[in-house]
Amino acid sequence: MTIRKTLSTAIRALRRNITRSALTVLGIVIGIAAVIAMMEIGKGSSGSIAKTIASMGANNLQIFPGTAATGGVSFGGGTSLTLTAEDCEAILRECSAVASAAPLVRARPQLVYQDKNWVPTFVFGTTPAYLTVRDWAQLAEGDIFTDADVRNASRVCVVGQTLVRELFGGENPVGKEIRVKNVAFTVMGVLTPKGANAFGMDQDDILLAPWTTIKYRVSGQSNASTATTATTTASSNSADTTYPGAASVFPAASSSSTGDNPMPPRFANIDQIIMAATSSDQIRPAMREVTALLRERHRLQPGEADDFSIRDMTESANALASTTNMMTNLLLAVALISLVVGGVGIMNIMLVSVTERTREIGLRMAVGARSRDILRQFLTEATLLCLVGGLLGLALGRGAALMVQKFLRWPVESSVEAIVASIVVSAFVGIVFGFYPAWKASRLDPIEALRYE
Amino acid sequence: MPDDLVKLHDIRRTFHMGEISVHVLRGISLEIERGAYVALTGSSGSGKTTLMNLLGCLDRPTSGEYWLDGTEVSRLSSDARALIRNKKIGFVFQNFNLLPRTTALEQVMMPLAYTNTGLSDRDARERAAGLLKMVGLGERMDHRPSQLSGGQQQRVAIARALINQPPVLFADEPTGNLDSRTTAEILEMFDRLNRTEGITIILVTHDPTVAGHARRNIRLRDGMIESDTTREGPPKEINHHRRVAEIAE
Ligand SMILES: Nc1ncnc2c1ncn2[C@@H]1O[C@H](COP(=O)(O)OP(=O)(O)OP(=O)(O)O)[C@@H](O)[C@H]1O
Ligand SMILES: [Mg+2]
Repeated sequence: MTIRKTLSTAIRALRRNITRSALTVLGIVIGIAAVIAMMEIGKGSSGSIAKTIASMGANNLQIFPGTAATGGVSFGGGTSLTLTAEDCEAILRECSAVASAAPLVRARPQLVYQDKNWVPTFVFGTTPAYLTVRDWAQLAEGDIFTDADVRNASRVCVVGQTLVRELFGGENPVGKEIRVKNVAFTVMGVLTPKGANAFGMDQDDILLAPWTTIKYRVSGQSNASTATTATTTASSNSADTTYPGAASVFPAASSSSTGDNPMPPRFANIDQIIMAATSSDQIRPAMREVTALLRERHRLQPGEADDFSIRDMTESANALASTTNMMTNLLLAVALISLVVGGVGIMNIMLVSVTERTREIGLRMAVGARSRDILRQFLTEATLLCLVGGLLGLALGRGAALMVQKFLRWPVESSVEAIVASIVVSAFVGIVFGFYPAWKASRLDPIEALRYE
Repeated sequence: MPDDLVKLHDIRRTFHMGEISVHVLRGISLEIERGAYVALTGSSGSGKTTLMNLLGCLDRPTSGEYWLDGTEVSRLSSDARALIRNKKIGFVFQNFNLLPRTTALEQVMMPLAYTNTGLSDRDARERAAGLLKMVGLGERMDHRPSQLSGGQQQRVAIARALINQPPVLFADEPTGNLDSRTTAEILEMFDRLNRTEGITIILVTHDPTVAGHARRNIRLRDGMIESDTTREGPPKEINHHRRVAEIAE
């Protein structure tokens, strides 16, 4: 029996009971649709995570003061004052695997421009190197502040796109003056848009200024309060000491007594250092080099715990990606189970069909069908059913994925592998679950089959 | 007898039902020449259907030899017997055995699906249409079984049995489900097939009128041949039969 004849016989047989055929394939349709939708949504979200990781800076590393968090204890940013701007310079000087590094001082002040105000997600005091680290060096407007601005604690800043929109109503802010916690800053430049990060935070909702300015002019009262407290304690100590010679006992106190005179060497602690490895495979060496250098600089004894921690930027993003992957795989497993259930449905209906068509099978054998012809016919019917179901499921799954994209705004990505796999899987399901009924049909005895009522 | 189409030698068929053995055919030997028209009669349970199944290569004898068209077929594999059924045998059933919801034309073409001739789809259609015209259903080719009378259904079945131009047609009570008028129609068709196409016809019947159409009457009783009578019919046109048989090959 030729393939063409087998096919046309199978199609004719399936068409003879079209409603049942349609109901039979429903399980496969739903199963394949679920698989396709899961694959497309899963691929879409991992694709968007990969994109976000890239936007966060692929080779980025962060150094935080304080020991690394263990268990449920999180990083206490600023709880220990171990990281300094000098550490950052030393890293850049001595660690060959580090391409660039910038200190970071965080603040959360209110910004005021004319009658508008805004509290940005990110206000960072840093150096111009920050943009190099973040691979963000191209500015949309104006310029980044200079290292001289950092030395002089100049009141200049660059702003992200969200600020331009929220504070300046979309007009070019370069040269304008804004007040950051009552300190007037001149806007020097505007950053290019970056979008959301892996945690959904708007990376364009940002203000960058020299770290010295943020530290001593803006957050002098709040964020670096530990430093201020230490200063006041020191000064009150010196005030208590009425004897003139006593000042020599606390040499640091006198130099840090005024906020207007920046950079007291001991208290130039910063909240974070952000740096970029020379390449992604240099991330581990960079971490080793930096750890060794900082331990030496902080005079830590062997066996003593690090008083800082280094975090791989991609680490958290990877954790996020793996969670997404796990969810996708779980849903995929459910979808595959539904496919198996669909296959069992096919088997069930094929068995019913074989019983119901016993006379037909007997007749076909009587006019010359060999048992392998019968086997092939029923196997073809089951496979054809599954393939048609697979194609319908493919269309349905793609449709569902597109709906999800349109209405839920989830990222969706079509995948050729998923399409090929679903076709192969549905054919496979047809062959596997169609085999037993087909085999049963082929083993019928023609005389008994003809006599079957 | 080189021109025997069917030759049985001491055919026995025993059914085993657990402990009990039922000897249904108990040594049947007979020869049927090409172009014969044979009626197989006998009381109910005498083994007619069992014998027909053996003759039609649907079943194998417990012992004995069966030569069909020069080949010993009782020891062939089931695939080989399927081929014989396809090529050399036409079978007509009492209950027609048509496929449900299938047009007459497709019913007739159905056996061709298992034939390895390079017959094109168009030729197959033409041949099936020709056969349907021959059995008088030229106007009913697209009808489904539910749209046909019993006699018409049986004629579709006859056309189907003839699609591969077999030399012999077996019919187990072909008119058992038909009224007397339709029976006459079917018998008239058998007569014509036998006379003008030279097809050997072997049919089982309980009806003496039907048996009367055959030239030879074999009567079974308890799995053995009770009587075998040949009636002098119209002069045989041996040459004509041979020619058609050759074409049919
Ligand atoms: N598969 C089988 N197993 C056991 N016994 C069988 C089987 N097939 C037929 N028989 C027995 O063989 C005997 C002959 O049956 P068969 O069908 O050949 O009779 P028949 O002459 O065709 O009768 P009828 O005229 O009623 O059709 C019966 O007694 C029947 O019970
Ligand atoms: Mg019978």
